[in-house]
Amino acid sequence: MRRHLISAADLSRDDAIAILDTAAELALLAQRSIPKLPTLRGRTVVNLFYEDSTRTRISFEAAAKRLSADVINFSAKGSSVAKGESLKDTALTLEAMGADAVVIRHSASGAPHRLAGWVRGSVINAGDGTHEHPTQALLDAFTMRHRLGRIEGLRVAIVGDILHSRVARSNVWLLRTLGAEVTVVGPPTLLPIAIGSWPCAVSYDLDAVLAESDVVMMLRVQHERMTDAYFPSVREYSRRYGLSSDRLARLPGPAIVMHPGPMNRGVEIAAEVADSPRSTIVEQVSNGVAVRMAVLYRLLGGAAEPGPELVAAASDRVAP
Amino acid sequence: MTETGDGAGPAGRWLIKGAKPLGGEASDILLDGQLIMQVRSHAEAGQAQVLDADGLIALPGLVDLHAHLREPGREDAETIASGTAAAALGGYTAVHAMANTEPVADTAGVVEQVFRLGRQAGHCDVRPVGAVTVGLGGTQLAELGAMADSAARVRVFSDDGRCVADATLMRRALEYVKAFGGVIAQHAQEPRLTEGAQVNEGEVSARLGLTGWPAVAEESIIARDCLLAAHVGSALHVCHVSTAGSVEIIRWAKAKGWPVTAEVTPHHLLLTDELAAGYDPVFKVNPPLRTAADIAALRAGLADGTIDCVATDHAPHPAELKETEWSAAAFGMTGLETALRVVHESMVRTGLLDWRGVADRMSARPAAIGRLNGTAPGGAGLPGADLARAEWQGGPLAAGFPANLVLYDPAPIAPVDPAEHASRSRNTPFADMPLPGRVVATFLRGRPTVLDGKLAS
Repeated sequence: MRRHLISAADLSRDDAIAILDTAAELALLAQRSIPKLPTLRGRTVVNLFYEDSTRTRISFEAAAKRLSADVINFSAKGSSVAKGESLKDTALTLEAMGADAVVIRHSASGAPHRLAGWVRGSVINAGDGTHEHPTQALLDAFTMRHRLGRIEGLRVAIVGDILHSRVARSNVWLLRTLGAEVTVVGPPTLLPIAIGSWPCAVSYDLDAVLAESDVVMMLRVQHERMTDAYFPSVREYSRRYGLSSDRLARLPGPAIVMHPGPMNRGVEIAAEVADSPRSTIVEQVSNGVAVRMAVLYRLLGGAAEPGPELVAAASDRVAP
Repeated sequence: MTETGDGAGPAGRWLIKGAKPLGGEASDILLDGQLIMQVRSHAEAGQAQVLDADGLIALPGLVDLHAHLREPGREDAETIASGTAAAALGGYTAVHAMANTEPVADTAGVVEQVFRLGRQAGHCDVRPVGAVTVGLGGTQLAELGAMADSAARVRVFSDDGRCVADATLMRRALEYVKAFGGVIAQHAQEPRLTEGAQVNEGEVSARLGLTGWPAVAEESIIARDCLLAAHVGSALHVCHVSTAGSVEIIRWAKAKGWPVTAEVTPHHLLLTDELAAGYDPVFKVNPPLRTAADIAALRAGLADGTIDCVATDHAPHPAELKETEWSAAAFGMTGLETALRVVHESMVRTGLLDWRGVADRMSARPAAIGRLNGTAPGGAGLPGADLARAEWQGGPLAAGFPANLVLYDPAPIAPVDPAEHASRSRNTPFADMPLPGRVVATFLRGRPTVLDGKLAS
């Protein structure tokens, strides 16, 4: 596996499977009385967040702490960044403090690529602009695998603002690698012009896709899209592309409904759908910690095959 | 290279031995004072300093219609002295300095300052471009006539960096400059279609999650402006054409006989948007790098004359404006010191242009568009083409014409080393790229500005 996790497209099938397998083992750890491993003791993980995202930051923080890493939270607000310090200077500062890994969330697409050129430690992309959010895709894949037992051959519909969605991009690349069949669904205004070059099918018609889907992943509609003529009104968007109870009823067999959060209840997803048994939204959050532990473990832990070794470590040292 | 005499110095008598004018038969070129005295198979040295140019190609001094010299205002990025030194090292004897300085070159005072600083530096002629609108604001015409009548004798007007988007204002500007034979050089970019735009809209922008800059934003303005130029019978020049569709529109307008000219940058002839994949803003430029299909169309358009000339759009920036996130970085690339080598690579080595063609596209035609050689596209004797003959640029390499020329060695191939550049800025997209050729010497009105690849004064 590479030193950084910047794009889901960089993950080979073996890398991705290894992360998901590791995450499955680590998820068991959470059920122990002391859910903590010594693996990253003495290592420093910096959470460098240029955008407010409490849920993602907390998820990474919990993951790092359960692996016994030291965690430094660096929020752009109220810091030297707010006084105009450049990303490069911040990177050099983190480098001087000896960060082993930097988890970065940034509003600019490509910021993690730039950071990786300026620090020696591992860079983990926690969401960059409208580009990617690879750990979200990994936790989504983990959730699909957990609920449906496989990923290969699953029919996955990703619905909404594909153009601006880092979650959609990472999921399309990762699910392609893992053998799922992806269809992106949205109004043409919210699909990239060159969507034909992506390894997925494209539809403008949610109803035509639903009955053929094992997974329906709803994306959040950002408020600014509503004011810039991407669609006529929130109500029209909701009628055409929202997952209502009626639409939920048309899903086949054990199909699941996913959402990366935070949700606009009543816009892209009806409240009763979000709270239905098909919904995996809460599981996605808890799976996020295990998946991020697995990513940190594999990037920083140095172990190629964590399987038995990891379990042994867990039983020896954590729950004697 | 062997020399007699002390190398650099004021114009005197120079005998350039064995150079190939426009890549043709080896000849001796005798310079006397500011003029070319003879171009013949063998000339006697007499009192002249001799420059052995065996194997070198002689071209008329290159003319750039489009450079950002940054002075006044951003002397940390470039000065007129450093920018024109870079130009001379690239083989240029004249550069047009764009108007988006601080303050903007929208008055006779500013353009005269720029012109005077160019004369003082002495590396090449500086021809200021005047702003079309006050402060590049896009709402009120600048005093175009005052700039035309000033000591800087402005003929090219542009709000480059911004598009004159208002159709009525563009029409008025085109009409107004007819009175003094001016030309409006348009930065074609429909503003609403390019809000927040970062890279060419296509596969790369979709994958990288960067806001797209669609080809139609350029093409729609070019189409509109060609129609306006035809309607009012005035000269339009299209800056940095970057798309295959733009080439088609300009080809159509020229077929109608309309007074339209166009330029392409070296980087748009060689680099594609795939280079954005690493998010290094050294590849961020406006208009953006496009696709391989666009490059093919631009090369074909330059080869068949649809695109009149190569212009660098040399846009120096200090390091801190490029060592950032992509979306926070400034647009622009340096180009003066690599332009001829890039044209060699993209047009000559591909067989699309011979050296005669290079001289036409990089010297004669841009000089004509800038009204620097007594002719203008569409015929001699236009009111703007009134420059004194001693000041002419753009060739030809013939007895009695100003001794502006560049000697170019086409043989070597070497990676571009930004540390060697005279520009104050290092934002070249060609760093470490192997490119052919080397500028050996440049002469401005008989005086060497570059000798043995180094500044001569």
